[in-house]
Amino acid sequence: MVQQRNSSFVLISVIILALGLLVFFTYKPLLQNINLGLDLRGGLRVVLEAQENKGEKVTPDTIQKAVGILRDRVDKLGVKETAVYPQGQNRVVVEIAGEKDPESAVDILKNTAQLEFWDEQGNVVVTGKHLVDAQARVQQGGQGAVVDIEFDREGAKLFKAATAANIGKPLYIVLDKDVISGPTVRDAITDGKAQIEGGFTAKEAQDLAVLLRSGALPVSFNVIEKRSIGPSLGADSLEKSIKAGIIGILAIFIFMLGYYRLPGLVADISLVLYSLLVLGTMVLMGAVLTLPGIAGFALSIGMAVDANVIIYEHLKEELRWGKTLQAAIESGFKRAFWTIFDSQITTLITAIILMWLGTGPVKGFAVTLSIGIIASLLVALTFTRYLLVLLANFSKNTKLYGV
Amino acid sequence: MHIIERRKIFYIISLILIIPGLISLFTQGLNLGIDFQGGSITQVNIGGKVTVAEVRATVADLGLERAEITRSGNEFFIRTPELNQEETKELLGALEKKFVKVEFLSAESVGATIGKELTNKAILATIIAALAMLIYISLRFEWTFGVAAIVSEIHDILFVLGLFSLLQWEINTPFIAAILTIVGYSINDTIVIFDRIRENLRNKRKEDYATLVNRSVTQTFNRSINTVLTCVFALTALLIFGGGTLKLFVGAMLIGFVVGAYSSICVASPIWYELKNRA
Repeated sequence: MVQQRNSSFVLISVIILALGLLVFFTYKPLLQNINLGLDLRGGLRVVLEAQENKGEKVTPDTIQKAVGILRDRVDKLGVKETAVYPQGQNRVVVEIAGEKDPESAVDILKNTAQLEFWDEQGNVVVTGKHLVDAQARVQQGGQGAVVDIEFDREGAKLFKAATAANIGKPLYIVLDKDVISGPTVRDAITDGKAQIEGGFTAKEAQDLAVLLRSGALPVSFNVIEKRSIGPSLGADSLEKSIKAGIIGILAIFIFMLGYYRLPGLVADISLVLYSLLVLGTMVLMGAVLTLPGIAGFALSIGMAVDANVIIYEHLKEELRWGKTLQAAIESGFKRAFWTIFDSQITTLITAIILMWLGTGPVKGFAVTLSIGIIASLLVALTFTRYLLVLLANFSKNTKLYGV
Repeated sequence: MHIIERRKIFYIISLILIIPGLISLFTQGLNLGIDFQGGSITQVNIGGKVTVAEVRATVADLGLERAEITRSGNEFFIRTPELNQEETKELLGALEKKFVKVEFLSAESVGATIGKELTNKAILATIIAALAMLIYISLRFEWTFGVAAIVSEIHDILFVLGLFSLLQWEINTPFIAAILTIVGYSINDTIVIFDRIRENLRNKRKEDYATLVNRSVTQTFNRSINTVLTCVFALTALLIFGGGTLKLFVGAMLIGFVVGAYSSICVASPIWYELKNRA
């Protein structure tokens, strides 16, 4: 008997120590690798909708092409984490995380970037389709920046013909139907190289060069949703949520310990494992944690605590009926199982439907809630149960069980 | 506990909780945020002592007289009709010109179509989720339990919607998260009590349904109170120590959780009793 008691004590100590070490070594990598939503880290999310021109249908192919071009543009911005993907029939979603200046990144995305050269009569003589390169260059003497462009062979031919035909007359450089400049042609240009001047700042020239290099979008797009979160707001939300989370969890810990005594301690240890499990799953799945996601996590912690409360209430009931501790744990668990199962599965069903049908905030909520419920079922029914059985060997004093 | 004997009192309490909100919903409606209605919100931090009136004057100069401006500390929220990129820049530029220290926090624009889609999808998701719940509970329990659970969910949703309408709190992303959390919690709570009723039904004592429901509620009462208390503790801690923008959200959850716990005991169980007695 004493031996059994000692070995339980050793086992419990080992479990607590192992869990402590696990937390110590994993919490930093977990927090660093978790995919934070734009609301928590700052960044930009833009939903673009293709504008159907008369006679031109927007096909999946058009959208696919646009995705490719937009991805190219975003990549050229030099930011690390980006996502560009189609949504529905005629939309493209662009997400850029951690962008310092999200507002100006919008400019790069929304322009069609259709470059055209017009003659005096407004005829299109050559287009940006024939470009092979575009580079921004800051002019000396503070005259602003220009963009050097270079045509492919066919473009060079067209450009040569156009310049030759318009000597002494202006040739308009037009971007998305806006005239940028209209320099007068002095000589025919034969090498296929030209310069776009428009009183640009260095940044504007840089952006234009990126747009021209990536090519024009196959259709024009409208911004139908835009959320740009500055880095300071994102960091602020994250800090507040973490602080709020820690306070909330501490409050739960103290309550459980105070009310349920020894089993409360078991619940607290289980909650630590539970939190690690949820965070770990999110990291492994690459799920995105957003503010509503944190709400989902909070609810799932509430339900994990509830699972413990249900078990302990059953346990106390059985103890009051005069069962021995071991028998009470046994039958208390058996009865608690279906209670927990039915209550959590009902919520899980709702969460899965929200995950399937919901968008944005609803989805973020549903994903963490679903992961949380599954983890809470697993932890409560295996780990918590095992710890309680160990504890029962350790001490038979029912006062420690809050009876 | 004499839940069943006092059920008429609970029905009256529920009506008192819900009717003012319902009237408000029909008369003044909900204060829909940009996520549902479309529009723009620009959020900036302005250093120094700047008043809402000063910001309003600057914004009005741009032709945005109908902008709604709210502040929380040094943070200003400027809600306008949907702004395009140029207009957003103009707005930010004007603020930077007028005030000394302007820090960009966020700019969100949502088109009206997106708002409509979100509303439709949220409603669709709620209906399908309710049906799925009804089916699951009917299979695992009995249809009477399913219907009673749904009635108590509707009770909670109506109460929270009514509260937001009465106080004209903005319906936005945090609201969706709050109402989903409340509903999720309340279902969980209801099922735990129903589970006990089911267990007691199986034991087939010679007692009428009223005694059975009362006994089941009494047996699960400790658990109901403790679970809601843990949540209330956690939420109160958040309310006291959490950030400003979080407070509204936490406050709504706190009220919602208490009403959810109430409805599981005092609405769901009596409704089941009524259904069972008539079925």
